[in-house]
Amino acid sequence: MDLELMINSFPRLLNATVVTLKLLSLSLFFGLFIGLLFAVMRMSNNLILNRFAYGYSYLFRGTPLLVQIFIIYFGFGQIEFIRNSILWVILKEPYWCAIIAFALNTGAYTSEILRSAFQTIKKGYIEAGKSLGISSKIIFYKIQIPIAIRQSLPAYGNEIILMLKGTSLASTVTLMDLTGVAKYIISTTFKPIEVFIVAGSIYLFMTFAIHNFIKFLEKKYSY
Amino acid sequence: MNIFKKTIISVLASLFIMTNVYSDTIKIGTEGAYPPWNSKDASGKLIGFEVELAWTLCRYIGKQCEIVEQDWDGMIPALLMRKFDAIMAGMSITDERLKTINFSQGYADEVAQLAVMKGSDLEGIDTPSGINLSIGGGAVKKALKTIEGALAGKTVCVQTATIHQNFLDSGDVGSVNVRTYKTQDEVNLDLASGRCDVALAAAVAFTDYAEKSGKPVVLVGPTFSGGAFGNGVGVGIRKGGSGAIGERDAQLLKDFNMAINKARKNGDISRIATKWFGFDASM
Repeated sequence: MDLELMINSFPRLLNATVVTLKLLSLSLFFGLFIGLLFAVMRMSNNLILNRFAYGYSYLFRGTPLLVQIFIIYFGFGQIEFIRNSILWVILKEPYWCAIIAFALNTGAYTSEILRSAFQTIKKGYIEAGKSLGISSKIIFYKIQIPIAIRQSLPAYGNEIILMLKGTSLASTVTLMDLTGVAKYIISTTFKPIEVFIVAGSIYLFMTFAIHNFIKFLEKKYSY
Repeated sequence: MNIFKKTIISVLASLFIMTNVYSDTIKIGTEGAYPPWNSKDASGKLIGFEVELAWTLCRYIGKQCEIVEQDWDGMIPALLMRKFDAIMAGMSITDERLKTINFSQGYADEVAQLAVMKGSDLEGIDTPSGINLSIGGGAVKKALKTIEGALAGKTVCVQTATIHQNFLDSGDVGSVNVRTYKTQDEVNLDLASGRCDVALAAAVAFTDYAEKSGKPVVLVGPTFSGGAFGNGVGVGIRKGGSGAIGERDAQLLKDFNMAINKARKNGDISRIATKWFGFDASM
């Protein structure tokens, strides 16, 4: 065990953690909107919207995240038409390719989490709102969404943790995130165990923080 | 003893037999993704200069061999953890690596070169046709300065943990915006797509790609050798420790050196190199 290497690599790995956290927060931010949109589409009576949302979630939950990143990064880069389009400004950058892949992936899972949360809302709450003469739009924003978010907290907390670990795949498209820098240090020191123990501990600590934050929110918004 | 117990014991026993470190088969690790050094054919079989050379060397050593695949960035750690006994993966002999593992004498040499897509402004770069970093001197310094200027503001792509990455990180050509990839295939893909302005690798890796893909990849600047680029490609072997296992590693180094001598004398290395590279890359 090379303790000195572990201590020396810690600040560099901590620096890389910033990249990991940026990737995570941006993906979750976009993913939440995508998830909400598709959850609402899934509950719509319009068959086309419904099927489209179902197909989206089926596709992104049914294929590995790594494959999705590779298709978006290496796959789209091979298509002349995309390279000549305005899309290339974004798709040229590995950073945005990773965020697009992560957001689409977590969006699919989030849509399922939110859909099931919406479906567990008791009819009574909505009917109570209606009988008070509140418009269905207000009922959706002020009653259904808050309850659905509370209901989905435990499952969504899991999704955040899964996504945190998913961001490690960003290193496969050249990004220097926590895993990327860990691999770089290993490539010059040839000591994988020491470096991965430090990197793994940082991941573990982040998971610990997320887990407790979600637990705190659950308590705060319990009813 | 019932049948259930017997089965478990025999399964466990077979596991131990399979991982026996005293096994007489030499396991050789290669990447299988660095043509023409080593790669895979359409059916997934390992092929290339080093795969063919490995079988030849094993014949001279007179032992059974097995060639196994290993990702490049885990090659040396895997050797140290005894997943295999020797590395033949286009790995150059460098001082950095010699701190951790041993190398046999070199069996082939490669020069590194920058590559761009046709039409790049780097195409006109004015340098000598080749520089040797070990020799140094005014001409080399001047060429490095020219390259430093040409690479400024460009995204330079390399495979991770290679001599090419070491060179770009060394500061010899200033501070370069380096992007690292897991395999050379991925470097080639992103060079062709335009994500990389310029790439650095063994010159043959680019000519091989240009030939097979039909993409207009052009080599620019000088060929690099010496210094960070090491002293040829050799067989990587664990440093012999104490005890029977250490002795086996030390013996393996002797065996490979002997086999390389014989293969060189008999013209095997030249013949196989010419077959795969199109020129005699043996040393």
